[in-house]
Amino acid sequence: MAGEVNAPLLTARIRKERRSAGASSFVLDVRIEVSPGITILFGASGAGKSTLLDCIAGLARPDEGRIAAGGDVLFDSARRINVPAPERRIAYVFQSLALFPHLNAEENVSYGLMDLREEERQKRVEAILKAFRVEKLRKQRPGQISGGEKQRIALARSLVTEPRVLLLDEPLTGLDAELKAGIMGDLREWNTAKGIPILYVTHSREEVDALGERVIALENGIVVSAGAPMDVLDAPRRKKLAQAAGFENLLSATVLDLREADGVMRVRLGESACEIEVPLGYAAAGSRVQVAIRAGDILLATERPHGLSARNVMEGRIISLEQRGTMVIARVDCGVTFVVHVTPGAVRALELTAGRRVWLVLKTHSCHLVE
Amino acid sequence: MEALWLSMKLAACVAAILLLIGMPVAYWLAYSNWRGKFLLESLVALPLVLPPTVLGFYALVAMGPRGPLGKLWIALFGHGLAFTFGGLILASVLYSFPFAVQPLIASFEGVDRKLLDASAVLGAGGLRTFWQVILPLSLPGVVTAAVLSFAHTLGEFGVVLMVGGNLAGVTRTVSIDIYDHVQSLEYGAANRMALVLLAISFAVLSVVYAVNRRVWTPWPAK
Repeated sequence: MAGEVNAPLLTARIRKERRSAGASSFVLDVRIEVSPGITILFGASGAGKSTLLDCIAGLARPDEGRIAAGGDVLFDSARRINVPAPERRIAYVFQSLALFPHLNAEENVSYGLMDLREEERQKRVEAILKAFRVEKLRKQRPGQISGGEKQRIALARSLVTEPRVLLLDEPLTGLDAELKAGIMGDLREWNTAKGIPILYVTHSREEVDALGERVIALENGIVVSAGAPMDVLDAPRRKKLAQAAGFENLLSATVLDLREADGVMRVRLGESACEIEVPLGYAAAGSRVQVAIRAGDILLATERPHGLSARNVMEGRIISLEQRGTMVIARVDCGVTFVVHVTPGAVRALELTAGRRVWLVLKTHSCHLVE
Repeated sequence: MEALWLSMKLAACVAAILLLIGMPVAYWLAYSNWRGKFLLESLVALPLVLPPTVLGFYALVAMGPRGPLGKLWIALFGHGLAFTFGGLILASVLYSFPFAVQPLIASFEGVDRKLLDASAVLGAGGLRTFWQVILPLSLPGVVTAAVLSFAHTLGEFGVVLMVGGNLAGVTRTVSIDIYDHVQSLEYGAANRMALVLLAISFAVLSVVYAVNRRVWTPWPAK
């Protein structure tokens, strides 16, 4: 993002403790950066997603941190800045939508435009109702309007004020996929012209796959991973996720040196002499990290391979072979023990037996750093 | 009939004043997070449990020529507050306070907080949110508060007797008039007045219950 100084970025560094009966029961401690377009904030309920949105919108006050949008500082605990919610120009659509039940669609939508002159207000309301295809409902009250159309009106009400950021707290839960896609299509369409950062909260993986350009995964109040949907959901950064996602090899390692230009670092596995190259992570030389490797991502050779692009080749000895269904689980001692999955055909072709000397081949990017 | 007219006038004044004072108080009690809030809540509810004569007695002492309120009143207007219509209004406002404030608190608290949040992020300050969201959605509570404080003032006896005495056309309200008639064994006259009060009370309570059951509302229920 360094090149896009003028991009209407939302940055937030927030720390907020929630106390119950005096004891701290939950800590939200995050640092996020949201660029124009849709970013998904993904996490189970209770992960702190709504608290984070409330802090950004100014409805909750962080204990500490800094929030800025499009160059303006909205909150800064160090400089004692706290712009009140009505002046932040941050749109927020709640899960419950919170349409005013005593006002009709048109009145709801124009609620945020009270400072404008009548004609200008009319014009804007007209345009946004049309953009979200609800112009026919303008005289109806929320109680008379169906679910999907209420969502459209809530979006229109938030966006008509031309906010600099849009926060969406699971606004489309309960809608079927087709309705959802239609509404998101209209939202994307609207945002191609405006290009504001949109933070979309969900706990559903399906929505991440359907909408996500970028994903921030939140767990127990901390960002556990951020990036493209594939990377975030497939590259585990935490032990718990690693085990859950089926990483059979979870090895502790010591960082030897960082090669920033190559985007890699060398680590020594356990107490062994075995050194491998892994993707660059947030670590300093000498620090301990955890490396997660899928058993199916490791190649096994009976001769020392050469002319390979893979950077990690380790010599070892097979400890055991165990057939499980159509898969053979090989345990290989290279100073540390690796679990490797091979097919029964490969076992026969390579005449693999316990005690046999083998070489393991591992691509750098098959090694995932954990926490 | 002079007494009934006087009572109506008193009740209308008290209800109007209570709505005016009651709304900010109820707003504060409904939304404040102050720890000592319960103290103010108790104070507001006090007239519910206090015997009217006790309240009337202290009101009278305060309004008397040597009381703080009486002194202030004399300095401002040149005459005392006790045994006047103004004194009656003041004492009745105190006495009916909880009847106005509690329905208001209940209805303010009943407004979905998310609507207040939505109003705030749409750029509305506290005052605009109150007028355009909280108040319209609390209409049944406002009607209840007005009607209850009107009815409660209409029927009061102890406080009026203590503070106002029994001056025809100035402080002789319906209930005191009824008491007078009974004392003079004029049961027929007492009955006529009592019937009128009974009818008004019933009508008033019907309004309160109808509004709160949403028999009619300005907008359709969800």
